[in-house]
Amino acid sequence: MNNTMNLLTMITPAMMIPLFPLLGFLIVSLFGKKLGFMSGWIASMAILGSFLCSINLFVGLEGDQQLNFSIFKWIAAGDLQIDFGFLIDQLSLIMLLIVTGIGFLIHIYSIGYMHHDEGFSRFFSYLNLFIFFMLLLVMGNNYAVMFIGWEGVGLCSYLLIGFWFKNPEYNNAAKKAFVMNRIGDLGFLIGIFALIFHFGTLDFMDVQNQLAGFEPDAPILIFITLMLFIGATGKSAQLPLYTWLPDAMAGPTPVSALIHAATMVTAGIYMICRSNLLFALAPFTLHVILIVGVATSLFAAIIGIKQNDIKKVLAYSTVSQLGLMFAAIGLGAFESSMFHVMTHAFFKALLFLGAGSVIHAMGGEQDIRKMGGLSKSIKTTFVTFLIATLAISGIFPFAGFFSKDEILAKAFEHNLLVWALLSISSMITAFYMFRLLFLVFYGSFRGTQEQAQHLHESPISMTLPLMILAVLSAFGGFFGLPSVFSSTHQLMAFLAPIFNSSKQVTLETPPLSHEQEWLLMGIATLAALVSIYYAFTLYLKKQQIPENESELTGISKVVANKFYVDEFYHKVIVNPVVILSDLLLVLVDKLIIDMVVNLTAILVDAIGRLYRLIQTGSTGFYLIAMVLSMVIVMFIQIIL
Amino acid sequence: MNPITNPESTTNWYLFLSCLLFSIGVMGVLFRKNALIILMCIELMLNAVNLLLVSFSAYTGNTDGQTFVFFIMVVAAAEVAVGLALMVSIYRNIGSIDIQSLNKLKW
Repeated sequence: MNNTMNLLTMITPAMMIPLFPLLGFLIVSLFGKKLGFMSGWIASMAILGSFLCSINLFVGLEGDQQLNFSIFKWIAAGDLQIDFGFLIDQLSLIMLLIVTGIGFLIHIYSIGYMHHDEGFSRFFSYLNLFIFFMLLLVMGNNYAVMFIGWEGVGLCSYLLIGFWFKNPEYNNAAKKAFVMNRIGDLGFLIGIFALIFHFGTLDFMDVQNQLAGFEPDAPILIFITLMLFIGATGKSAQLPLYTWLPDAMAGPTPVSALIHAATMVTAGIYMICRSNLLFALAPFTLHVILIVGVATSLFAAIIGIKQNDIKKVLAYSTVSQLGLMFAAIGLGAFESSMFHVMTHAFFKALLFLGAGSVIHAMGGEQDIRKMGGLSKSIKTTFVTFLIATLAISGIFPFAGFFSKDEILAKAFEHNLLVWALLSISSMITAFYMFRLLFLVFYGSFRGTQEQAQHLHESPISMTLPLMILAVLSAFGGFFGLPSVFSSTHQLMAFLAPIFNSSKQVTLETPPLSHEQEWLLMGIATLAALVSIYYAFTLYLKKQQIPENESELTGISKVVANKFYVDEFYHKVIVNPVVILSDLLLVLVDKLIIDMVVNLTAILVDAIGRLYRLIQTGSTGFYLIAMVLSMVIVMFIQIIL
Repeated sequence: MNPITNPESTTNWYLFLSCLLFSIGVMGVLFRKNALIILMCIELMLNAVNLLLVSFSAYTGNTDGQTFVFFIMVVAAAEVAVGLALMVSIYRNIGSIDIQSLNKLKW
């Protein structure tokens, strides 16, 4: 009894979590012009409010308690009842803390970063709207509410990528992101329809309860999960729909950190973890996810080697890391995937914010060939960036080490080939991240004289979030210590209630012995160190600077051009669509539709020309016409 | 029977008069050029109808028709006020109230 009372008191803070950003959005977007610089603080405080409410829930919910409540009946059509309701359990709590916590830090950072921008308050209204939709996505207790959030974050992503809308190239990037996401969303939507058709409900818990009677690999389950996964590939930038994410770097850097690294792109992973039992019952889909995840991880990592734009390198590394998370899902290791989502949110947000600080210091320059030797002039940024780089490279004891190692260990349990490929991918990651670090912060300055004098550390509002994230990147891994260090994996224990049911379905492989774990960690660390050393010799000892694209030949030219995937899509998909549209324009629009419209107009015009002759202007004529007509009407009445 | 005191034949006379007045009105409207005369002819038609109403009212012994006539007279008074005002205005503008000169509004 006491327990239920306790849960009921939680509903108010739970409702307030999405309301704060919505309120912030309304205030900032309606009164942004008057508020001016204050709008940044109002928006930040709104997110802080959500963060505090999330902490309140995090502390209040114990064990496997969950808060599942409906706010109002949303869609009622025959047998189909969809409530607008929220579900707060361990999984959504983790995401809530990530979204609001990192979201808050990035808001604070943006106050410094966007200071000189004329769209200052517009930026913050979009950010708040984004957080609102992201919270809906995370908190919804059924697929329909999740879908609103899903579409909403897509919209905000579009708005923020095209934030500097005066540049047509940025607008194209925004459109590309939107269209690519739409392709995935169609899959997601079909999956939702299939769920309604087959289960008659969209509620997570109801679907899960109905799944009990299903055999693994039932065709309908494979269909639903594959469709949902297509949705996830769009949102989480997996092969073959990943190309929008690198282009999305057109947006302001805090946006890249918040949306395109820490939160929105992990929505696909969250969605799959949310329906983990569904996916666990479809091993075929898990295989597909594994293949796509591993392929994406390797493919993006290879492209990352040859990128020269500081944000593009990070973008491809994000795609690669997301691939790693999907690979973990494919292995059935949902909680390892969530663990990596968490640590990745810390260090990738830090990397992007650090990159933003570098770009800020360089006065807008993003090309790493024109940087170099920045470690002296921007110390705080350098140190925090170094920590994040170590974390993503998987160096002990930084956050990335534990989460990546856990996924690699899971891969080793299942399949040696997968393990080998993922290890290569993380080796490459270590290489290109240190290539980036060396080129930006070491060596001699390669920019202009003007930039050299302009170099300065960012204001405190930007460096403070960097420091906090650096601490998280350094120690965030201790939430999930492997068994050789500690008997309890805290995160796994925390998330256990969510994944219990699917654990019983997936094949349990015997856990690795401690010796094997030590060995794997040793190999992973060694591999990372080798690639770091290789990067060290290339870019520090030999002081190499990446060539211009025109000088590249052979395979490196192909890699630098991102394997010509964009060009391929352009030729195979975009061009035929454009040609078809042109054809339709000439045949259907101009010939048929225009003809019908013009003919109608001509007909009306002709009739008008004829009938206007009646209007002679002579009053006598009108009078005679009137009397005659009356007489005729009278006669007709008498005759009939 | 005395044709004077016979109510039926008395009514007939009234009907003939009414028809005559109405026809005069119609002809006047159709063939006169002076807008003022046309207006008066319209009044004539209106009053022909009034006469019809009153005589039928007396014939059937129903007062509805007489009541109705009062309303028509009020409306006719209002109409004449507006119509005469228009005439004055037209005359001031073009110096004539010949309807043949009022032919600008065409095609």
